[in-house]
Amino acid sequence: MTATTGVIIAGAAETDALGKLPDKSTLQLHLEAAVNAVADAGLTLRDIDGLATVSAPGPVQVAHALGITPTYLDGTAVGGTSFLLHVRHAAAAIRAGYARTVLITHGESGRSRVGTAPFPRGGGSSIPGQFEAPYGTMGPTTAFTIPVLRYMKEYGLTHEQLAYVAVAQRKWAARNPRAMFRDLITVDDVLASRVVAWPFHLLECCLVTDGGGALVVTSADRAGEFRKPAVHVLGTGEASEAPMISQLADFTESRAFRLAGQAAFAEAGIAAADVRHLMIYDAFAHVPIYGLEALGFTAKGEAGAFIAAGNTEPGGRLPLNTNGGGLSYTHTGMYGMFAIQEGVRQVRGEAAAQVPDADISVVLGNGGMFATAGVLVLGREGR
Amino acid sequence: MSGKPVPEPTPDTQPFWDGCARGQLMLQRCRACGKPYFYPRPVCPACGSTDVEWFAASGRATLYSYVINHRPAPGFEADAPYAIAVVELAEGPRMMTNIVGVPNTPEDLVLDMALEVTFEPRGDISLPVFAPAGRAHAS
Repeated sequence: MTATTGVIIAGAAETDALGKLPDKSTLQLHLEAAVNAVADAGLTLRDIDGLATVSAPGPVQVAHALGITPTYLDGTAVGGTSFLLHVRHAAAAIRAGYARTVLITHGESGRSRVGTAPFPRGGGSSIPGQFEAPYGTMGPTTAFTIPVLRYMKEYGLTHEQLAYVAVAQRKWAARNPRAMFRDLITVDDVLASRVVAWPFHLLECCLVTDGGGALVVTSADRAGEFRKPAVHVLGTGEASEAPMISQLADFTESRAFRLAGQAAFAEAGIAAADVRHLMIYDAFAHVPIYGLEALGFTAKGEAGAFIAAGNTEPGGRLPLNTNGGGLSYTHTGMYGMFAIQEGVRQVRGEAAAQVPDADISVVLGNGGMFATAGVLVLGREGR
Repeated sequence: MSGKPVPEPTPDTQPFWDGCARGQLMLQRCRACGKPYFYPRPVCPACGSTDVEWFAASGRATLYSYVINHRPAPGFEADAPYAIAVVELAEGPRMMTNIVGVPNTPEDLVLDMALEVTFEPRGDISLPVFAPAGRAHAS
C-alpha cells in the first residue's frame, strides 16, 4: 500500500524548548531540530541526501553545518507556509529520484533575534515600499488584519465571535504542557485586552517566540523501517495570490487557501467529511475563519458561528489547532512547521491533547498575509 | 518632515508619481481588454497583454476596509491611532491609503463611505491619500 504522493514523514521533532530562548541562535535552533527529527526517525545525519529550508540561513548553511552533502536543495521561501511546500517539493524530488531522504528544517529566534537577519523594511523602491509602507504599516499586525472589517460587514461576524477563536484555542493549549499560554480565557478577557490594530486586540494576535522544528521525508515503500509509525502524505497543494494585502481579489476569502486545499484534497481523494483533525495557521484570530471556509468545512460566512458553537474545541466534532496554535502555543514568525508537527503527532497518536481516531489530519499553512498557502493531507494509512 | 517612509519611484512607477505631483491619480488600462489596474506594471494582469496605457482616474473611491493602528510605525507617532485603509477606486482597482479630513475612529470611518483623493507632501513625493467626498480640501 502506498500513499498517493508516494512519500511519508518518517521523522518529526521540535526543538527541546520553545518560547524565550536567548541562549540559542537561529542556526542552533535549526540544527537542534534537525538532530531531533533524524533521531526521531531512527536515522543518522549520514542518511540524509536532501535539504530544504527557507533562506536565512538557507539550505547551504544548514547542510554544511550538519556535514551533509545534498543531491537536492530547496530554498523555497514564501513565508510561514514554506515548510508545507518543502514537503510537497520533496515528494516530487523523491519520486524523480533526485533524493531519497529529505530533511526539512526550521529555526527562528523570532523573539530574542539572536543570529537572525534584521526585520526587512521593504525598501522604498519595492512595490510594497512604494504603495503600502508610506501609509504606516508595521508588519502583519497592521496589514494582515485589514480584511476582517469587510468580512464582518458582509457576513455579520461579530467582535465576540472573532474573540472566541482565541478562547477556543486556549482550551486546547490548557491541555498542552509545551504551550506558552495555558490559562483559560473568556471573550471578555479578549475584548478587554489592549487594542493593537482595531478591531484586533492583543489576545487575537499570535505570540512571538523562539524555536524550531524539522521533518524527515522519504519514500512510502520504506514505511516500516523507522522507529515510529509512518505518517503518509496523502495529498499536497500550493497556491499564491497577492504580494500586498491591498491587492487580494476579495477581502472576505483567501483564494490561495481555497486553491491549495482543492489540490490537496483532490490528490488525497478525500472530502472535508473525511477529516478528523485540522490545523489552520493562525497568525491572527480571523485566519482560521477564512481557512475553514476556504477548505469547505463550513459555508461562506458561517465559520465564526461554527467556532463559537464549540465545534472546534475539545469535545467538538472538528478538532482545530489542538496544540493551542499560534495564538497560544508558539509562533516564531514562520509557524507552518509547528502546524505540521502537531498534525504528525495527532496522526501518530502521541499528541498532548490527543484526538480520538485522528486517522486523517489536514494542515493549512499561510505565507505572508494571505499571499501564499500550502495544504498537506496526512494519514495513518497509505492509499 | 518626519521620518515617515518616502516612496522611491522606479521606471515602471514613475508615471504614477509624476501624476501625483500634478495632482492626478494615474492608473493603467489595457488597450486589448480594456480593464484598468493598479499597481503600476507593464503587463495587463487580466489578459497578459503588454499593450497598456496610462490614464487619469476620477479620484473617487469608497472605503473598502481598514484597521486603526495603535502601535505606530516609525514617523507616525504623532498620528496614532491612525487608520490604514484600503479603498476601492471608482474605476475598480483598490489601493492602500490613509484617510484624512475625518477623525480616524470606528464611528467616523464607515465602510463604503464616499471618498476622494487628495495629495500630501512626503519628502520629494506627493502621496495620494483620501478624504470624505467634498472635504478633500478641508483637511
